[in-house]
Amino acid sequence: MPAIKSLEELKRVREEALQKKQMKAAAGNVQGTCGIAAGARDTMKSVLSFIETNNLSGVTVTQTGCIGMCEQEPILQVVIGEDAKVVYGKVNAEVAEQIMRQHVQNGMPVKDYVLSI
Amino acid sequence: MREISLHLLDIAENSVAAQSHNIRIEAHENLQSDLLTVCVTDDGCGMDAKTAQQVLDPFYTTRTTRKVGLGIPLLKLAAEMSGGGLTLVTEAGQGAKVEASFRHSHIDRMPLGDLAMTFLTLLVSYPHIHWVFVYQVTDRDGQSHEFNFDDVELKTILDDMSMTEPDILKFVRGMFEEGIEALAYQTVN
Repeated sequence: MPAIKSLEELKRVREEALQKKQMKAAAGNVQGTCGIAAGARDTMKSVLSFIETNNLSGVTVTQTGCIGMCEQEPILQVVIGEDAKVVYGKVNAEVAEQIMRQHVQNGMPVKDYVLSI
Repeated sequence: MREISLHLLDIAENSVAAQSHNIRIEAHENLQSDLLTVCVTDDGCGMDAKTAQQVLDPFYTTRTTRKVGLGIPLLKLAAEMSGGGLTLVTEAGQGAKVEASFRHSHIDRMPLGDLAMTFLTLLVSYPHIHWVFVYQVTDRDGQSHEFNFDDVELKTILDDMSMTEPDILKFVRGMFEEGIEALAYQTVN
């Protein structure tokens, strides 16, 4: 299967990525489980695809379980460096892209979707 | 849920919450026997017989067992509505195995959906877990084709490199998409 064949290539890709890596220490965080039905995977896809197409280094993407605000799902949390956590609600794929561009990349929270800071 | 692969994401998160170290996800489209089966196997904390019975009940939602919510009853319903069913095999301390089957040609069977994205989401979100993903297609003549991914080699090579670095992400996403698409087209013919 291609998984095995291309591992040599992965070594090369890793070396190149190591050269390019920047320590921005920004963290995106998508809520899972009860959010899945609300479209959390699409949100995740949008976040990952933004990182890929914009060559955005130093972003950690994680997932956590339900935080009890199911009606606001999909939820996206953003932490930049030592800043306080910003929680966004009703984050569909388009909103996620906006948050990635405006907040994660340029440091300005997208106020319209902020639930709490 | 609109896709079986979304259910898989949901069930796999139960396994993560159950403190599993190893999680295996399998999807098998068998056109010869007209069956679609999906299976999530973990080595987490498992459930005793009473809890295992209760998680099948959609009204069992007390937060004392955060391990499972509506996920299993929803998947069970989806399976039963398309001529299949769900089995849960577990013991306290012995992990759990959830298997759902669907009649492949059933009009009410939801699509398998974006399996590659489900795999990518899990791999990226929970890097501390050892993941094994299997997608198998058996055609009408009984010939099987398999996409088999075990993350050990990938993680050994990556070492401490994050999977969300753009180039790495692109590589892994491409690997899943190409590997799965190469098999998925066979189910259309």
